[in-house]
Amino acid sequence: MATMQKSLQNVMNWVDERLPVTETYEKHLSKYYAPKNFNIWYIFGVLSVFVLVLQLVTGIWLTMNYIPAGDRAFASVEFIMRDVEFGWMLRYMHSTGASAFFVVVYLHMFRGLIYGSYKKPRELIWILGMLIYLALMAEGFFGYLLPWGNMSYWGAQVIVSLVGAVPFWGEDLAIWVRGDFNMSEVALNRFFALHVVLVPLALIVLVFLHILALHEVGSNNPDGIDVKATVDHEGKPLDTVPFHPYYTIGHDLPAIVLFLFVFCAVMFFYPDGGGYLIEHPNFEPADPLKTPELIAPVWYYTPFYSMLRACTYPLFGMTAKFWGLVVMAGAIAILFVLPWLDRSPVKSIRYKGKASKVFLTLFVISFFILGYLGTVHPTPMKTALAQLCTGIYFAFFLLMPWYTSVETTKPVPTRVPD
Amino acid sequence: MGHDGINQGRRNFLIGATSVVGTAGVVGATVPFVGSWNPSAKALAAGAPIRVDIGKLNPGDILGPIPAWRDRPIFVVHRTEEMMSRLNSMNDRLADPNSAQERQPDYARNETRSIRPDIGILIGICTHLSCSPKFNPTIAPQAYDSEWVGGFYCPCHGSKFDLAGRVYKEVPAPTNLEVPPHFFESESVVVIGEDGEVA
Repeated sequence: MATMQKSLQNVMNWVDERLPVTETYEKHLSKYYAPKNFNIWYIFGVLSVFVLVLQLVTGIWLTMNYIPAGDRAFASVEFIMRDVEFGWMLRYMHSTGASAFFVVVYLHMFRGLIYGSYKKPRELIWILGMLIYLALMAEGFFGYLLPWGNMSYWGAQVIVSLVGAVPFWGEDLAIWVRGDFNMSEVALNRFFALHVVLVPLALIVLVFLHILALHEVGSNNPDGIDVKATVDHEGKPLDTVPFHPYYTIGHDLPAIVLFLFVFCAVMFFYPDGGGYLIEHPNFEPADPLKTPELIAPVWYYTPFYSMLRACTYPLFGMTAKFWGLVVMAGAIAILFVLPWLDRSPVKSIRYKGKASKVFLTLFVISFFILGYLGTVHPTPMKTALAQLCTGIYFAFFLLMPWYTSVETTKPVPTRVPD
Repeated sequence: MGHDGINQGRRNFLIGATSVVGTAGVVGATVPFVGSWNPSAKALAAGAPIRVDIGKLNPGDILGPIPAWRDRPIFVVHRTEEMMSRLNSMNDRLADPNSAQERQPDYARNETRSIRPDIGILIGICTHLSCSPKFNPTIAPQAYDSEWVGGFYCPCHGSKFDLAGRVYKEVPAPTNLEVPPHFFESESVVVIGEDGEVA
């Protein structure tokens, strides 16, 4: 036994001299010290990585039977659903996985928002995370065209024609993006290439950098306490535990199991999510001459889609459509500068003042209302409501430098409370 | 001369020159990648003009969205006398009643936005986000308009156009429906996608 261990150690030494396996394992797992007060909000980062892997694997398997051709794409998806053994399951894993990805990423972002995980020194982690979110939205958009259903077609038509709102070059730019005068197989082919190669590659690189940046500065925690400030005689922060095995086995593994229960329930029993995960018009093939009664994007884009539709007045000589594009892009762009908008001396919402709590609550309510409004027909009342919620969304960010600097905060303890 | 015998000026020049040449090379190399996204020869050929027979199109009817030009639905409306007489009765509700914006060839910049007053030819794509508006010639209150006098209604975001494709005020669509270049080859045949000799 002892000799076996010894020879195993020799093999490890041989490898470590050539590739820093043990060093990497220690740096990122067994000696990565995470604050001991993580709560349920801290499972969504790991779950995001888990869903990313799920999407990569099911996606690769789907490409084995999918055909990105205008006259065969829809049929090939039906072929996967009916004739390929377990094809239905791979496809539903992928389509449910897309929504699950956004669920866990939205919750992960919300965690960052409430505990101030974007604040110094974690600004770059937040920006890399936002780039991941952008890449994820692009990935979802390109992927949604591939089944070549009627909603795929018209959803892509609407979003690509948004490019047409760019002054002067808009129309030419839209033709360049489509590679044709209208949405056609040409766009289908390039979206396929972007969806299966370019964006996933970008996602993997960004996720790698996101984690690398996190492990450089260390994780934040629900109290926003700087755990690195209090260390023992060996330099190990006192209020931390090694990520592995404490969080991997004790925290993340149960989370993945729980997640899989919910995921499987949706995948097996409600794969179309009542029309929210796979929209009903998408069970008809794409028809360039027949617009669906209501074009609504999948739920994870609807808050921003509502903001786009909320712009109904031309202003300063530019069209309402142009301002819609500006507002929608601005709503995402403003998230990038969040670390510099928050002037609060404390990180976590637990120690922030009343104003922060009120604004955060209004922000969350507005975001949900916008999300709902994006799924229904616009009426004058609903448009007015969307305009109000868009205003609140922006007020949350634009007024942040003011309300975070004037409100009274609670003192943050130096040690994690028991 | 800098420290350690390094000629800093020479080094800066070489770095600068290499960067400039390298950047030019990278920019040049993007040309084929960007260019490959332009419409292919096949897509351009498919965008050739089409001929539409309107001989059997009765007044009050619409041909469309079946004839498609460049894959975009084309509406050919045969307006009745009554429709024509109503066309300019409510110009105050329109955003651009005189077609000031260039959404039509010059020969269609008139009250009916057409060459022949009775035949309207439009690209059936909403100028908001490219949905295809629905033709509704009825003169009766609608859920979306209590004073509806016939026109096109876009179900996606509620944009409204009159029977000459002119956009209503206070709807998301910014401009009138586009009139494609077209000419009448004969009394009953219209060519869409090309300007006539007279234009």
